[in-house]
Amino acid sequence: MKVRVEGLTKQFGAQGVPAVHEATFEVAEGGITTLLGPSGSGKTTILRIIAGLETADDGRVLVGDEDIIKIPARKRGFGFVFQNFALFDHMSVRENIAFGLRVRRAAKAEIQSRVDELLGLVQLEGFGDRYPGQLSGGQRQRVGFARALAPHPKLLLLDEPFGALDARVRAELREWLRRLHDVTHLTSIMVTHDQEEALDLSDRLVVMDRGRIQQVGTPTEIYASPATSFVASFVGSANVLNGVVQQGRAQFAATSLSVPGNISDGVKVRAVVRPHDIRIERASAEQPVLAEPQRSIGCIKRIVDLGTHVKLDLGLTTHELVTVHVSRREFETLGLLQGESVLVDLDNARVFVEDYVV
Amino acid sequence: MVREAAAIFVPRTDSPARSEPLPVRAALLGLGLLFLLLVVVLPLAAVFTQAFEKGIRAYLAALSQPETAAAIKLTLLTAVIAVPLNTIFGVAAAWTLTKYRFPGRNILITLIDLPFTVSPVISGLIFVLLFGTRGIFGPWLDTHGTKIVFATPGIVLATIFVTFPFVAREILPALQAAGNASEEAALTLGAGGWRILFRVTLPKIKWALIYGVILCNARAMGEFGAVSVVSGHIRGVTNTVPLQVEILYNEYDFVGAFAVASLLTLLALVTLVIKKVVEHWQASLNDGRKA
Amino acid sequence: MAVVWRRRRVGTLPGFRLTLGFTLLYVGIMVLLPLAALVLKTSGLTWPEFWATIASPRALAAYKLSFGGAFLAAAINAVAGLLLSWVLVRYRFLGRNLVDAIIDLPLALPTAVAGIALTAVYAPNGVVGAILERRGIHIAFSYPGVVLAMVFVGLPFAVRSVQPVLMDLDPQIEEAAVVLGASRLRTFVRVILPVLTPSIITGFTLAFARAVGEYGSVVFISGNLPGQTEIVPLLIVTKLEQFQYPQATALAVVMLAGSLMTLLAVNFLQAWNRRWVSHGS
Repeated sequence: MKVRVEGLTKQFGAQGVPAVHEATFEVAEGGITTLLGPSGSGKTTILRIIAGLETADDGRVLVGDEDIIKIPARKRGFGFVFQNFALFDHMSVRENIAFGLRVRRAAKAEIQSRVDELLGLVQLEGFGDRYPGQLSGGQRQRVGFARALAPHPKLLLLDEPFGALDARVRAELREWLRRLHDVTHLTSIMVTHDQEEALDLSDRLVVMDRGRIQQVGTPTEIYASPATSFVASFVGSANVLNGVVQQGRAQFAATSLSVPGNISDGVKVRAVVRPHDIRIERASAEQPVLAEPQRSIGCIKRIVDLGTHVKLDLGLTTHELVTVHVSRREFETLGLLQGESVLVDLDNARVFVEDYVV
Repeated sequence: MVREAAAIFVPRTDSPARSEPLPVRAALLGLGLLFLLLVVVLPLAAVFTQAFEKGIRAYLAALSQPETAAAIKLTLLTAVIAVPLNTIFGVAAAWTLTKYRFPGRNILITLIDLPFTVSPVISGLIFVLLFGTRGIFGPWLDTHGTKIVFATPGIVLATIFVTFPFVAREILPALQAAGNASEEAALTLGAGGWRILFRVTLPKIKWALIYGVILCNARAMGEFGAVSVVSGHIRGVTNTVPLQVEILYNEYDFVGAFAVASLLTLLALVTLVIKKVVEHWQASLNDGRKA
Repeated sequence: MAVVWRRRRVGTLPGFRLTLGFTLLYVGIMVLLPLAALVLKTSGLTWPEFWATIASPRALAAYKLSFGGAFLAAAINAVAGLLLSWVLVRYRFLGRNLVDAIIDLPLALPTAVAGIALTAVYAPNGVVGAILERRGIHIAFSYPGVVLAMVFVGLPFAVRSVQPVLMDLDPQIEEAAVVLGASRLRTFVRVILPVLTPSIITGFTLAFARAVGEYGSVVFISGNLPGQTEIVPLLIVTKLEQFQYPQATALAVVMLAGSLMTLLAVNFLQAWNRRWVSHGS
C-alpha cells in the first residue's frame, strides 16, 4: 500500500502557531513509519488527519494514487490503536474485536473464526468472554490491536500505543509489536515521543518539531547524520554547545571547530556531540595542550558508575558542561578521579548553522 | 446576508467525526427547545402575563393587601429559621458522611434523602399525627397551652423537614470531590476541628454551599404541600405566601393570585441566576488553578 | 485508648463524635420520630377497616392516577432528559446558557405557582389550551394535564442525571467506533447509549419519585374529580380535613410502600444493568 502525505497544514484556532505546517513524507510500504517528536510537534495531528478524525486546512493524503482527504473517517478502512485503549467497556473482548466486522455485516461464522484468529494472534486465547474491566493495561491494548486488525485494514495507525502502560509492560509490548509486524507486514504509521521506541521499531523515521518535519530517514541515518541540531539532540543523547562564527571558524567558549561551508562571521552556530563520541586523555604537562583547536581542558566534576559504562560530567572552561561516556575498561585504564583535569577532544562534533530560537 | 444571520442559530459541534449531520442537529435542537417552551417557558411567562393583565395598578394593589403582607412576613420568618438550621445540619451531615467510614453510613444517606422521596403531603400529615389535637403529643400540648399544628411552629417544623436535605445534597459531592488532603495537612500543622472546618473545608466548597443555601431558601419559601396540611389555612395568621396564592386563586382573584405568585417566581429566577454566576466563578477558579 | 481505636477505624480527622451525634439527633427528630408516628397511628384501624380504606374504588382510582401518571411522566422525562442533555453538552448554540439555567426552574419554583401557571396556559381559555380545545384535545382538568404537571416537576432530575455522565464520556470510544466504520446511529445505539443507561435509569427514578408525591403543581390542573382526576395526596388531604386520621395514615402508608417498592425495583434494575449490560463501566 503506497501511502504519501503532501503539504498537510492545519491550524487550530484563528491565531497562533500552526499545529502542522506543510508536512510531506512518504510512508514505508509494508513497514513501520514513525512520527517522532516532543509534545506539540504536530505528530498526533497528522495521524488523526490521516485517519479522518481531524480535517486539514490544506494538503493531500494519497493512498495509491487517490487523494482520500475528503473521504469520511468511517469509510477509509484504516485501523487505529488509541493511547488509552478506547475499548468498549460494556462489551466483551470478543464483541470488541467483532465490532468492525459487524459493521460490515459479515456472516456470523466468519466473524467467529476471524475473532478466534485474532485472539490467537495477540495471544489472548481464552479471554474472549472477559470484559475490559477485568484485564490489565497490556492486555487491553492487545485487544485494541486485535479490534483494529479484525476488519482487514489497509493501513494501521498507532497513536502512542504504549504511552499509558508502565515501563516494563511497554518494553514487552514493543517486542511483541515487532514480532506481530513481522507476521502481518501491514503498512503502519506510529506516533511516539519516546525516541528509544522509535529507533527500535521503525523502518522509517519522521522527526518533527513544532509542526514542521525536521528530517525523514532510516533510524541509522537519523542517528548518524542528523540534519539539524534539534534532530541531533532529540534522537539519542547529546551535548549541545552554543557559539558564534569568528574568522571563518565556529568559536565556542573553549574550543573552535571547522564550519561546514562558507559562513560569514557573526552567525550563530551550535555544536552537537554524543557523550560516547568525546575522546578524553590524561592531561600532562608536556603536551602542547591547545595545539589543536578542537581540544580543551576539562575538569571532572562528577563520576557516576552506570554499570556498563561510566558517566563523567566535565566542566570545560567558563560555564560549559559536557557529559562523556567512557567504557569501564577505558575508565580503569585512565584511572581518573574527581577534580582532575583531562584533555577533551571534540573532533567528532557536528556543527550546525541554523536559526535557533529557544 | 440572511444566511449569515441564520448561521448564528445553527447548532455547531467541535468534532466533525463525532457528530450528526446538520439537519439532524437542527431537528434535535428544535425538538428540545419546543419541549422546553411548552413545559417550562410558557408557564413561566404566564405568571407575569396574568399578573399584569389588569395593568400595573391592579398588580401593586394586589401586593399591598394586608393579608399578603402577613403572608410575606410569615414566609420570611420561616425561612430565617429553617435555612440556618438546615445549613448547620447540612454541613454536619456532609462532614460526617465524607470524612469518616463507619457502619450504617449508607443507611444514613438514605435517611437524609427521605424527604425528597416522600410526598410533601405525607410530610405534613406526619406532623399533624404527632402534634395535632388528636395526635400523639396532642393532649400533652393542649394541657400546656401550646399549639404547633395550625400555628406558626408547625409551619416552621414542616418546612424544616421538607427542606433539610437540600444543603447536604449540594455540598456532599463537592466535599467528596475535594478529598481529605487539605484537612489532613491542617491536622499535621496542629489545627483543631473547628479551625479546620472554618478555614480549610468551608472555603473549599464555598460555591456549592452558597448554592445549597440559596436553593434551600427558595424551597423553604415556596413550600406548599406540607405547609398546606399543617397550617389550617387561617387567613392572616397561618398563611404563607404559597398558601395565599392558593386562596386567592380559589376565590377566582386571578390577578391577585398571580401577582403574589410573581414574587416567588422572581425569587426563583434570582436563584437560577445566582446558580449560573456561581458555576461561572467556580469554572474560572478551576481554570485559574490549572493554569 | 478506646478513642484512639475508634479513630483508627473511622478516620483521622477530629469531630467524629460531635458531628455524628448531631446528625443522628437531627435525623432522629426530623425523620424517625415522624415515621414512627405513621406506624403507630395506622394501628388505630382494624384489618377490615384498613382494607376498606386502602382498597376502596376511589383509592384505587387515585393510585392508578398517581402511580400510572408518574410512570408515564418519568418515561417522557427520561427521553426528554436525554435529548436536552445531548443538545446542551454536544452542541454550541445561541442561548445555550439560558437554556441550561431554565431547566432548573421546576426545582426553584414553588409548586403552587407552577400549578396555577400550567393551568393558565393549558386551560380551555389558555394560550395553548385554546388551540388544542378546537381539535378536541383536553389537557387541563383531565389525565394529560396531570401527566404534564408531573413532567414539569421531574424534568430537572432527568436532565441533571444524564448531563454529567455525557460530559465525561470519553470521546475516543466514539472515534474508535467511527474508524471501525460505524455509522452515527450505530455509534449512538451501541457505544454511547450503554454508557448512559444507568444515569438515564437514575433520572427516571428520581423523576418518578418526585411525581408520585407531587401535590401543589398537580392539584390545580387536575380538576380533582374523585375516581377520575384525584391524586393520592389530595385524597389524603381530604381525609385529614375530615379528621379521619387513621384512614389518611393508611393511605399514606400505601403510598410509601408503593414508592419503596418502586425504588427497590429500580435498584434491582440498576444492578441488573450493571451486571449484564454495562459490566461495571
